[in-house]
Amino acid sequence: MRPEWTDFVGGKWEKEINVRDFIQKNYHPYDGDDAFLAGPTQNTKDLWAMVSELSKKEREAGGVLDMDTKVISTITSHGPGYLDKSKETIVGFQTDKPFKRSLQPYGGIRMAEKACADNGYTVDPEISEFFSTHRKTHNAGVFDAYNDEMRACRSSHVITGLPDAYGRGRIIGDYRRIALYGIDRLIEDKLAQKDSTGRVMTDEVIRLREEISEQIVALKMMKEMAASYGCDISKPATNVKEAIQATYFGYLSAVKEQNGAAMSLGRTSTFIDCFAERDLKNGTFTEEQIQEFVDHFIMKLRCVKFARTPEYNQIFAGDPVWVTESIGGVGVDGRHMVTKMSFRYLHTLENLGAAPEPNLTVLWSTRLPEAFKKFCAKISITTSSVQYENDDLMRVTHGDDYGIACCVSSMRIGKEMQFFGARANLAKCLLYALNGGIDEVTKKQVGPKYRPVEGDYLDFDDVMAKYTDMMEWLADVYVNTLNVIHYMHDKYCYERAQMALHDRDVRRYFATGMAGLSVVADSLSAIKYAKVKVIRDEDGIITDFETTGDFPKYGNDDDRVDEIATALVSKFMTMIRRHHTYREGFPTMSVLTITSNVTYGKATGNTPDGRKKGQPFAPGANPMHKRDTHGAVASLSSVAKLPFMDSQDGISNTFTIIPGALGKEDQIFAGDIDIDLNK
Amino acid sequence: MKGRIHSLESFGTVDGPGTRYVVFVQGCPMRCAYCHNPDTWEINAGEYYETDYIIEQFERNRGFYAHGGITVTGGEPLLQVDFLIELFEKAKEKDIHTCIDTSGIAFNPESPELMEKYDRLMKVTDLVMLDIKHIDPQKHIELTSQKNDNILAFAQYLSDKNVETWIRHVVVPGITDDDTYLYKLGYFIGGLSSLKALDVLPYHTMGETKYEKMGIEYKLKGVPAMSQKVAIEKKQVILNGIKARRAELNK
Repeated sequence: MRPEWTDFVGGKWEKEINVRDFIQKNYHPYDGDDAFLAGPTQNTKDLWAMVSELSKKEREAGGVLDMDTKVISTITSHGPGYLDKSKETIVGFQTDKPFKRSLQPYGGIRMAEKACADNGYTVDPEISEFFSTHRKTHNAGVFDAYNDEMRACRSSHVITGLPDAYGRGRIIGDYRRIALYGIDRLIEDKLAQKDSTGRVMTDEVIRLREEISEQIVALKMMKEMAASYGCDISKPATNVKEAIQATYFGYLSAVKEQNGAAMSLGRTSTFIDCFAERDLKNGTFTEEQIQEFVDHFIMKLRCVKFARTPEYNQIFAGDPVWVTESIGGVGVDGRHMVTKMSFRYLHTLENLGAAPEPNLTVLWSTRLPEAFKKFCAKISITTSSVQYENDDLMRVTHGDDYGIACCVSSMRIGKEMQFFGARANLAKCLLYALNGGIDEVTKKQVGPKYRPVEGDYLDFDDVMAKYTDMMEWLADVYVNTLNVIHYMHDKYCYERAQMALHDRDVRRYFATGMAGLSVVADSLSAIKYAKVKVIRDEDGIITDFETTGDFPKYGNDDDRVDEIATALVSKFMTMIRRHHTYREGFPTMSVLTITSNVTYGKATGNTPDGRKKGQPFAPGANPMHKRDTHGAVASLSSVAKLPFMDSQDGISNTFTIIPGALGKEDQIFAGDIDIDLNK
Repeated sequence: MKGRIHSLESFGTVDGPGTRYVVFVQGCPMRCAYCHNPDTWEINAGEYYETDYIIEQFERNRGFYAHGGITVTGGEPLLQVDFLIELFEKAKEKDIHTCIDTSGIAFNPESPELMEKYDRLMKVTDLVMLDIKHIDPQKHIELTSQKNDNILAFAQYLSDKNVETWIRHVVVPGITDDDTYLYKLGYFIGGLSSLKALDVLPYHTMGETKYEKMGIEYKLKGVPAMSQKVAIEKKQVILNGIKARRAELNK
């Protein structure tokens, strides 16, 4: 066994790149409570004060403090940057100083220019010229291949949020590999992979060989970047500090090269805990030191920033990075995977204060230890900063070493990745069905010129037949648009750093999504159970509705409408599956517009459910605002009926509740209402 | 049979242990000055729901209620005692935890017919949350327009029947926060052998807007909300009363 691995339980992981095997053989489930946790050190407080001050200055400066306009960001493009070198235990920034946003033109030079211009900066003209004339970008490639129909759908917003001018993100490198194996071993592995490709030079083989070569370059650059900070990551980490640092350097490499729509971290806490337990046992570090490393690591993740445009921020309601870290869950052998490190990660919300990033996500199972559940409840109440996802559901397909990219996209770390595909606007599609493909806002013929509905009242069977046809069309143009996008992204903006930390043969999820589920479900319910009269404008286009009578609304645990919603999900997924997908992508779908539901709503006319033109959709799979009148359980039950196997990329339900509604005092919620009368 | 219902809430977390299906019945004889549900007062209002419907609604989402059950509150549940008996007997067949949140106002030990019904109901009731508004008879009338003798008798009855009881008490600044009475309240409930918990609820002003909407005068206009901190102190006063009584009983 390698000296760095002394005291670890050996296994398959020594012979092959297999982080899961290492974790399973070496992690220690922790059933205790949070009493062991350490508070922030003085250095942590000092550093966080500096970050807070910079954040304040950034806000005062209008959202951006500094931007790079000359140096194209690569893993090694910038020298080391620090807050206060003497106090930082975990180091590394995207550029040579904190809060300076890097220049990343490979997704699209116009987007990079606009991001600068909108914030008062100008990209160096030489760079603009270079990326307009000599080096094509992802964005330019996509628009070379788009057909007219794709462009029309894009501008009418029946398909929206497409990653055709910015990085697609959603790919999680297995950053832990660097800590466990060191870069040199990973390069060896990649060389062996390259040697193992087919010998007949088909398109696929040529592409794979070129990509692996790029990955090897990235690995070498990671080593070089780490060295500039005085760290050697060529060999395995020897303690928890090095393990965190190596993992972070991997992640940092990714965010230096990719301004992706979601740049998630993976599932690192229980892995890191294996090192922490060894160090605690050997007396290498104290609990306070280990918490300090974790605090500094999380602090760095909070400082990840990208150059973005106001339009982008509008779609995503802010400037999110989606540094999602998945915590806890249960292993396939039945042992839960909560460790002390799961507590330490969440504890950063207390040590540094609440924050939306990193997006700490608890993989929830009924079988998590009780003390951890209580701790999660406590942190949720005090910080409102924890996301929960159903591990019992996802473990079935993904096992016990998957992570969440962005908010709900699950994938096995280092073995699966995703082609992010934004979403199709199913509510607008319904209006296209009524109007024979004419857009209700622009009055342009966007969809196919099918027969529009006739008469003054909508008939359910007639509408469903027309809607089905229009959905078929939408699925077709949508999937093909995504095929273009991912082809060009691979070609011009390849994620070499993240993919270097994947196996050779990865499963590629071809992610699609739908927006407006509850609008459509309620609209169809209104057509079926109430009387919907159409109102046409002077051009004969249906632009409004008069609905008389009541109808069941999605969100009340009423099967009459909930079945419309579930059928819709399955139906659209079936249509998506019929199409060819780029690189044999495995088609999935999500129902998860957590923030962009506002912009989708803005672009969509009046709908038969009574929603007015421009009004936001409900987020994700949520029932429409105020239409769920039977309380939270009934509302959640409606959402829970949606078939996960037909929306495997995730179903989101945004749920807000005032803490007081969860119990009159904190301890009531924690289940401790009985008083001890004998005291 | 049908019950007269104000509303049904599928996600109740403050009306008994765990997450609960909460039935708000319509109709209450009390006119508590701080009531935050004045819309449940009127006897001749509400909608009618079958007991089977409520059980079915609970059953289909049973997974959410693993540590909870059904709570009937209101309004005054015990005005509809026959409905409660049928609902809870059906619930117990399905092993559902049952809870009544009541003021106890409808209790009447003088009526043998009613007592028979209460006896039957208590056999299928796991928990009663009894809200004692005021321990002093006169103050109680001022606050609620009703006497409290039957309410206190009901508390004793629950103790005799050994039905698990939580006592709830709302502390309103200047009205129900007098330490003398709080101690007395504690002393009284300290004598209840089935007492399991004390829930002291700080008065809040969130009900006020309902009064405005309904066009009824809000008697506590201008009374500030009770702070969490003071409420905890007041809870301690009641606890002191409980302990004193317990000490005497244990002598």
